[in-house]
Amino acid sequence: MSPPTGAKTLKIDGRDFGARPDETILDVARENKIFIPRMCELDGLSTVGACRLCLVEVKGSNKLLPACVTQVEEGMEVTTNSERLDRYRRMIVELLFTERNHVCSVCVSNGHCELQGMAQKLGITHVRFPYRYPGEEVDASHDRFVIDHNRCILCTRCVRVCDEIEGAHTWDLMGRGVEAKVITDLNQAWGSSETCTGCGKCVHVCPTGALSEKGRSVAEMEKRRNFLPYLTLMREEHE
Amino acid sequence: MTPDELSEIAETERESQKRFKHRVNVCLAAGCVSCQGQGVKDALDKDISRRGWGEHCQVKGVGCMGLCAEGPLVSTGGAERMYKRVAAADAGEILDSLEGPPVSRLHCPTDIPFFQRQKKIVLENSGVIDPERIEDYIAVEGYHALIRAVTEMTPREVVEEVMKSGLRGRGGAGYPTGLKWSTVAKSFGTQKFVICNADEGDPGAFMDRSVLESDPHRVLEGMLIAAYAVGASDGYIYVRAEYPLAIKRLRAAIRQAERAGLLGASICGTRFSFKIDLRLGAGAFVCGEETALIASVEGKRGTPRARPPYPAMQGLQGQPTLINNVETFANIPPILRNGGDWYAQIGTEKSKGTKVFALAGRVQNTGLVEVPMGITLREMVFEIGGGIPDGKKFKALQTGGPSGGCLPAEALDMPVDYESLARLGSIMGSGGMIVIDESSCMVDVAKYFMDFCMTESCGKCTPCRVGTYQMHRILSSITNMTAAPQDLVMLEEFCDLLKHTSLCGLGQSAPNPVVSTLKSFAMEYRAHIEDHKCPAGVCGKASGERS
Repeated sequence: MSPPTGAKTLKIDGRDFGARPDETILDVARENKIFIPRMCELDGLSTVGACRLCLVEVKGSNKLLPACVTQVEEGMEVTTNSERLDRYRRMIVELLFTERNHVCSVCVSNGHCELQGMAQKLGITHVRFPYRYPGEEVDASHDRFVIDHNRCILCTRCVRVCDEIEGAHTWDLMGRGVEAKVITDLNQAWGSSETCTGCGKCVHVCPTGALSEKGRSVAEMEKRRNFLPYLTLMREEHE
Repeated sequence: MTPDELSEIAETERESQKRFKHRVNVCLAAGCVSCQGQGVKDALDKDISRRGWGEHCQVKGVGCMGLCAEGPLVSTGGAERMYKRVAAADAGEILDSLEGPPVSRLHCPTDIPFFQRQKKIVLENSGVIDPERIEDYIAVEGYHALIRAVTEMTPREVVEEVMKSGLRGRGGAGYPTGLKWSTVAKSFGTQKFVICNADEGDPGAFMDRSVLESDPHRVLEGMLIAAYAVGASDGYIYVRAEYPLAIKRLRAAIRQAERAGLLGASICGTRFSFKIDLRLGAGAFVCGEETALIASVEGKRGTPRARPPYPAMQGLQGQPTLINNVETFANIPPILRNGGDWYAQIGTEKSKGTKVFALAGRVQNTGLVEVPMGITLREMVFEIGGGIPDGKKFKALQTGGPSGGCLPAEALDMPVDYESLARLGSIMGSGGMIVIDESSCMVDVAKYFMDFCMTESCGKCTPCRVGTYQMHRILSSITNMTAAPQDLVMLEEFCDLLKHTSLCGLGQSAPNPVVSTLKSFAMEYRAHIEDHKCPAGVCGKASGERS
């Protein structure tokens, strides 16, 4: 067994890389500009391995492993792209589209949306499965922000950024399965939340138009993310 | 408590029981309680005090006797004579016949295969002892294995004994128990935990509930031995709140064991201390998955997380945690008492010991049975189960609940063991076994289980959350006769997706009922889609009688 401080070497898509033992496959891939699709992961937040888009093939494992939470191992041979992975990823993105009401043409995030971008990147031109068309709520009770549950993909980035970075834990989840949704406080209107600090971090980490600033019209909501790596870095240095 | 004190309690209890010339046992597990079993016991008690027989005739509330379909059950003279469907009004007649021939109207013969083909290890005390009295358990060698383990054996020897037994996890996946124990024993942590998974949620399964209701001390003893073996100081039993009787009896058992010095600080005067707390599940099926269960015990939302790290390394509060199922723990005391080699003689090469099954559905003898591994499915259904009622034809056997599959008649001669069931496209699961006859439509059955998985999906990962919804939608369109042939192709694509991309076992195994019915009953799917007919006459607009 190598000492815990020792570096690991692994192969990603046939190329050799060195890694720290606490790094995940995704960390190494990101560092070396290898693209692995993902929706729930965001650099600076904890990882949950929920969207399943970052699944990769690892030689010797009969299971597909989520790159965002799988730590590197010595001699690992990772394949980030294959016909099979591509098929699964496209189906998963299609499923996300069918789940709620993602109508890009009338969305504040049109053109800046990660779900839209992911679909384009994966070459999805249409969705083969019928849509659910649920009638989700829009909560515009907050002074500055709006949550439109119709566009939420349950990535839980808002929940994590609020808990881990802002420290307010205003957001959480309720319900099960397709009925699950993100809530503020104990499912109260966002505007009446006593814990929300109004920092807006949740809005800017949201990959879609589910969380937006008030006063933005179609395609006007651009998210600013640069604060997150900065805050995380500051925190790490502080620790 | 010292070994001598324990033997003394056992001896005293056995003596006091010998005083009674006649013993009448009344089943007071949930099945019989739900059909007025308590009323039967009260009537017997009352009649005995009226007759003044209190000195020589004992009425005892006991655990499950197995034949739940025929409750309330009463047995007399040990378990020699059994009465079924007893009403409170029958009390006098039963007492009158204690020395004579049995009451033929109520008599339930015990020489039938249902009783004779069973081999009871986990259920050895079920229906025999009073689950609410620790003395009753001690009198049948209870806690002897624990005391021997902590006073005479090293933790390593205990693990070795379990390894030798070949016992595999009874929760479903069949992971070798000894291996799990040794991993936890060797993991580093400031504290270690033992958790008993009693979140039994499969539709039609009630093995764990029965064990907890009938013999709660056995589970505590199993957990105590495990804690000693792996070096744990705290334990939790995660039991679903839908099992109020099991919870009540567990609480009583924990209190009694603590009072007897068998649970708590310095057990048997050694340095080994262990305490057990209950945690009640709020009804989420996914909390049977170990990482979701741990999250729930920690007070968080019960959702699974990616493994590794496995709970054996990082579980509750990030510490090494041993999680086993109720039945697994219930197997431990007899293994320690009789040795691992004794246990390894029972069963097949790779699946040792016995397995408790909850036999349900369209079968004559519904109830709880314990059989040696390797028995064939045919014996299970037609001998022990007594076959299909009303002259109907057998169609399929569903094992493993929503994570399992439906096995056709051709599979009936396969033995019951982990590998054989997996090869057939099902799983051993926790022990639910539902018999399906010709009056059921297999697409409808698959839809039922998909509906279950859809509503029980926690919603964390995309394939399970939305995929189960889409699969259920397709299955509904098939049963509505509105599906097109390409829907079947899509259904198979979803089966593949969910199996390989879902985060936890719930999503990964959710397609199993569909995959197995597509394999063995493709005809029925095609009939719905192509001919717009349900062969069983269950679905949609199809004509035909329905029973």
